[in-house]
Order: sequence, then C-alpha cells, then structure tokens
Amino acid sequence: MEKNVVAAMVLAIVLFAGFSSCKPKDIGSAVSGDAAAKSYVAPGKYDEYYNFVSGGFSGQMSAYGLPSGRLLRVIPVFSVDPEKGYGFSEETKPMLNTSHGFVPWDDLHHVQMSKTNGDYDGRWAFGNANNTPRVARIDLSTFRTAEIIELPNSGGNHSSPFITENTEYVVAGTRFSVPPDDKNGDVPINTYKQNFKGTLSFISVAKENGKLDLAFQIQCPGVNFDLSRAGKGVSHGWFFFSCYNTEQANTLLEVNASQKDKDFIMAVNWKKAEEYLKAGKGRKQAVRYAHNTYSDVTHSATSEIKTEVIVLDAKDLKEICYFFPCPKSPHGCDVSPTGEYIVGSGKLAALIPVFSFDKLQKAIAAKDFIGDFDGVPILKYESVLYGEVKKPGLGPLHTEFDNKGNAYTSMFVSSEVVKWNIKDLKVVDRVPTYYSVGHLCVAGGDTKTPDAKYMVAYNKITKDRYLPTGPELAQSAQLFDISGDKMQLILDFPTIGEPHYAQIISAELVKNKALKFFKMEDNKNPYFSNGEGATKVVREGNKIHVYMTAIRSHLTPDNIEGIKMGDEVYFHVTNLEQDWDVPHGFAIKGANNAELLIMPGETQTLKWVPDRVGIFPMYCTDFCSALHQEMTGYVRVSPAGSNTPLLFSTGKNYPVSDTAKKK
Amino acid sequence: MKKMFIIVAVLFISFLISCGGGEKKADSNSTVSSGEPVTNTDNPSYDPIRGEGKFTDVAIAATLDQAMAIEGEKVYTVKCSSCHKLTDEKLVGPGFTGVTGRHTPEWVMNFATNPDPMINKDPKVQALLELCLVRMPNQNLTDDDARHVYEFLRKNDGVK
Repeated sequence: MEKNVVAAMVLAIVLFAGFSSCKPKDIGSAVSGDAAAKSYVAPGKYDEYYNFVSGGFSGQMSAYGLPSGRLLRVIPVFSVDPEKGYGFSEETKPMLNTSHGFVPWDDLHHVQMSKTNGDYDGRWAFGNANNTPRVARIDLSTFRTAEIIELPNSGGNHSSPFITENTEYVVAGTRFSVPPDDKNGDVPINTYKQNFKGTLSFISVAKENGKLDLAFQIQCPGVNFDLSRAGKGVSHGWFFFSCYNTEQANTLLEVNASQKDKDFIMAVNWKKAEEYLKAGKGRKQAVRYAHNTYSDVTHSATSEIKTEVIVLDAKDLKEICYFFPCPKSPHGCDVSPTGEYIVGSGKLAALIPVFSFDKLQKAIAAKDFIGDFDGVPILKYESVLYGEVKKPGLGPLHTEFDNKGNAYTSMFVSSEVVKWNIKDLKVVDRVPTYYSVGHLCVAGGDTKTPDAKYMVAYNKITKDRYLPTGPELAQSAQLFDISGDKMQLILDFPTIGEPHYAQIISAELVKNKALKFFKMEDNKNPYFSNGEGATKVVREGNKIHVYMTAIRSHLTPDNIEGIKMGDEVYFHVTNLEQDWDVPHGFAIKGANNAELLIMPGETQTLKWVPDRVGIFPMYCTDFCSALHQEMTGYVRVSPAGSNTPLLFSTGKNYPVSDTAKKK
Repeated sequence: MKKMFIIVAVLFISFLISCGGGEKKADSNSTVSSGEPVTNTDNPSYDPIRGEGKFTDVAIAATLDQAMAIEGEKVYTVKCSSCHKLTDEKLVGPGFTGVTGRHTPEWVMNFATNPDPMINKDPKVQALLELCLVRMPNQNLTDDDARHVYEFLRKNDGVK
C-alpha cells in the first residue's frame, strides 16, 4: 500500500516535470501510469476481446469486453435467472432437469471455447457444473445455453470441460470418487479403497452442430481428479489429469490427503481408448442421466433421460492410462502451445515441475515404471521430468502461455503472477495481485497460438479494493498488459459470483455471428401466434391457453375474462417484432413464477395460477417505446363455477356494458 | 490510492490538452452513433418523393396483380396489422386507406424495408411520428414482401 503511494507520487512528479516542459517527446516511455489509456474504450466503441468468465457459485457464465472490463452479458447456464426468465418460463425449465429432478442452482467453474486446429473458432463455449455433474454448451450466436448433459458415475465434476484441439471431445473427470452408479452405494464411507472409483467422461461434440453425446467413460482408481488439459500438436491424442488424494482418504482431506510427497498426473491416451471402444472392449453399464437441449426453432427445451453408458476399465485395458508422480497435491496441469510441455502446479509444492511429452513417450516405450497404483502403471518421475522451476513463489495453481516462450503461473498463497521462461525455467518477472489469485488467463493462452496481449488474474479475495458492500464483497478480475517485458496492471473490475477459469477470445471471431432476432417464419413453437389474427384463448378443462402477441405498444388480447378460480393459465407470448434489440417483457400480478422476457420472433410461456377473485393487471416489463406505459391489459378472475363467458379482445371493449345496453 | 491515480490522470490529461497535443484530438474522440441518429430534416441528398432505400424505380401495371396482392395480405396480417388498419382509422400507425395515393410505390417500399433512416430524414414521416409517437419497427420484410404488400395496399385502395 505504502509502496503504491510512493509509486503514485513518483509518477506524479514525472508527469509534473512533463507538464512544466510542455513538450512530451515520448509519452509511452515517460509514463508507466498510462493504464487508464490502455484500458480505455471510448463510448460507442467496441472492445477488442470477449472475456468469457465462469460465475462460480452463481452457476452462470459472464461475457466481458476487454480491455474495458465492461460486463456485456450474464449467460444463464446452471442456475435460474429471473432477468432472462431462464428456468422460469415453461420453455426453459427442462434445461435444468437432471436425474435428481430440477436443480435450480449449481456451481460453474471452468470455461472453454471450442477449438479447430488448436485455436479458438468462436462457435461455442463450454462450462461445467461442479456440484451435480454436468457439462453445458453455449451457442455464441445467441449467447444462450444450447445443451446440457449430465454425467453418471461422477461426483463433483471439476476437471472439466476441457477440450481436445479440434473439439472432438469435452472431458469431465470426477473430483469425488464414488461407487459406480450400478453398484450398491449403501456401503460404509471408510470403504473408499475397495468401493470408490474415479470416472473420466469423454463427451463427443458433433462437428456440424455441436451436439453432445456421452461417447464413453474410463473407470479409474479412486482418487480426486482435479484439473485436466488436452494435449495439442505433438501431444494431440492424449489428455492429462491432475490427481490429488492418492492417499485415498475419505475424511479430513485437509490433512489426510496431504500426506504424500508426490501425487500424480494421469496421462490418458484417448486415441487408444477409441480403439478399444471400436473393438467392443467397453462394458455397457446401466445408468440414468439427463440430456437437455434447447431449440431456437421451437423456442423450447426438451429433457431426455438416458439409461446406458459404455465404460472402459483402465486396469484391464492396458496402454490407456499412465500415472506419473507430481509434487504435491497438483491442481493445474497445463500444456504448452507446442504440446511438448506439461506444467504441473502442486499447490503445496515449492517448485513447478515441467514434464516433457517426448520423455513421457520414451519412458512408456521403455516401460520405465516404478510400480502401479490399483493396476495403472506409475512412470518414474525423473524419466518424464523436463525440469523444475525453482522458488517460483508459494501455492502455484494454474499456468497459461504467451507466444514468446513464456509461461504465467498464478500463486495463490503469495498473491502474485510469476512469469517464467519455458526453455530455461528461469523466473523473468513477477507481479502482485490483489489478493490471492486463483485462475488466470492469457488471450488465447491455452491455444497453439496465443496472442498474448492481455492477461487477467481472477482473485479470490478483494478486501479493501472496492467500496465495501457489507460482509459479502465484490469478486475481482485484474487486467495486465503483458505485451512488454514487464507485466503491467491496467485495470480492476468486479465480476459476478466467483470467477474461476475464463478465456479471452478475439471479438472478430464472435461478434459477426450474433443473431439479431428470431425469424417468425421459422417459429415452430406449438403455441406460436403468427400475427395478431392468430391470437386466441382456449379452455382445455381447467387449463387456459392464452395465445398472446406483443408489439410496440400493445398486447393482444389485452382484456381477458372468463378465467375462474382453480384454472391454470398459460400465457404463450409471441413477440411480433422483427428487428434487433426490441424484446418485450410480460408480467401479471401475483405470478408465483416470475416474468418473461421475449426476444423478437420468439414465443415464451408463463404459467399463472390465480389465487383470488378479482381484476389482475398485466403489462410489458421492458421499456419498448414511448407508449410502453400503455402496453398493459387486464385479466378478470371469477369464482369457481361462475358462468362468466370466456372473452378476449384488444380495442373491442367486450362485453357490451350495461350502460351501453340501456341506450 | 485510486484517488491519487485519478488526480494524476486528470493532471496528465489536462496537460495534454494544454499542450494542444494534436489537431485531430477532437476528431478521434467523436464517435459514430449506431443507434438512433439525430434528426436532420434539411439533408440535401434526401429525396422525399422516392424515400431512402434500395427501390429506385418500381414498375407498376395499371391493373392489379391478384397473386401478388394475396401474398401481400398474408405478410400484412402477420407483420403490419398489429398497428395499421385497412380503413382510415389510426391504430398505432395511420390507417392504410389512400396510402398508395399519398406516396410513390418506391417511397412505400423503401419505408417498409428501411424505416429508421427515413424516420430521421423524411418530413412526412417526422410529422407522423409527432402524432403516433412510436417509431415504425423494422419488420424485416424481404424485397418481395414489400412489393406484395404494396400490391395489397393498391387492392385496398380499390385498384382492380
């Protein structure tokens, strides 16, 4: 703190010197405090990058602009979101269905952008649900969750959703080993060693439309799979998973899972696994998992429960899995741009081991094993090791890369990011973070060709960095310019939830794909109203379906009578607008459910069960035009069994009033 | 701490300005509004007869093209009828009776497909905006849609 004040004063003096001379020769070199200019994006101008950031315990994903740090959108993924009606509208509820039923709130940790040839292609983003294990695919033309797949045989989907270099697979490794779903799980907890298994799921991604399919699972010894990365370039075809709790403890892991000097990284030859799969070596296992998809044509989601998965056994099927030792309780295991180096970050280790893929291959060929762990061979540490970064800092967690041969590792305990050279393993720069950095990301930092202009540190603690807001404080991201030799902090910005992993992608790859509105011609929602002429109110027993339209600035119908106590009313609202940025909202008094927000050309449904007799106002909740305040209507609710006729209209004034009749 | 940086930044910026850092400063700060541009009625390049858009010369036969009019009515029902009646009564926008007599076909079709620029430039549209207070939405009619709707409007105006 003190240091910073001094720095600022020095800066001020430098500037004053410049001021008095009034002739800046070279602003860039004179000012190290040009941070404001570097992160400034003028009003009306676009950012250069999108930053897709996990929302942690909020269960959502957010999109920021960089370098400005502007929050562009919160994308609802694993939690309900009243702002968008996600999980509230009848059409979106199935997205949050699981084999455990409707789960309204989960924990999203990691974000991955789809890749082609090891570089981002701007098609989809993926996120993981850490609690009830799932993987989601987000469509980057709509910035909406398009698909969610649940993972059987898993508990705590943490080493996920990391992807291969052509998005062949998204993986999901279980953090908690558990008894397999088809075994009796009613066993003593302290039978971990006998009964608990670790499962790695390989979810295939269809090239043309991104459709997910749980292709196979690999059953592994019971440990905690923490993080993972796909090989790329030379190591394409392999996957690497960090493992902790190789002690196989089931209680007080803080102590009991920190006993060993080294745990493991597991190298998985997924091409080999594919061969076994093709040869029919997999075992069909009965399971239950939900697979949910959202259609932009029907504007609704469907949830299907699937009942079978193919499992490959790592113990029986040789040459898929190998362990190699890694000190100590490794967290991140990150792969360099060429694919040759695998960086393990032992969160309790005082060094950073860097492993060589080439040496790994040679060690496997030479069967350079020091034993096995539950039937999976363990390679000799020294045979796989390229070298160690000595005294990097305390608590290494994650590593990303630039295009100049450098790696950037986050240090949780010593609150800093350390930049080091991959070849000679020497630390070249370090910069403090405020405070306790967890993940970090470099623009394109996990691709074959990082563009390495910016690095963002995602901090776990902010304490005094922002105006206080009670006991719960803003989470934070810190943006660094890494284009020079020294990393330079240029911006702090708060984030939603807890930011874990994030990715930075050039705006050019995404922004031109943005869908502007849904074409009414393509709307296949069964309750779509194709124009006001198609609006109606239909009674089916005690269910009332209101086929409603919204356009600036009225609802049709806007007067509805004949609803009775005991009825369930479904408002199917179609937004008739066919232009960008003209959503309409819909709300009715007393709705226990929420509201709707309907994009142009879209149909969304709000279920409403009236709880009393009377007149209920309804209105558009999204300021749409000068006459937005007029975009309203009424619903009349009569007692059960009354004979109020079902009437609906806009601008008609049904029924003919008594005073009019007397004339 | 932050305050200190802000003071520094402000001083620095004022210093830049005081030095007349560059003649182009004002220019680089101005931004192009992509949203709702400011009203500009005396735009010399604007043609109030033709309107603004891709239609420059639409050939119209003396008699009605029934097939086109039928297609046009379908589009009208879905995309226009919420706001425009077929009588002379104003709903959200003006009624359609006589619209083919008040405007050239090019004007109608340009307005239907390119409303925003015309709302900003066309004197007749601006007078209507004062009355209706709702900017006509772009309903993304195709070129054919616009032509068909125009034919339907001719039918509505009594062309046989």
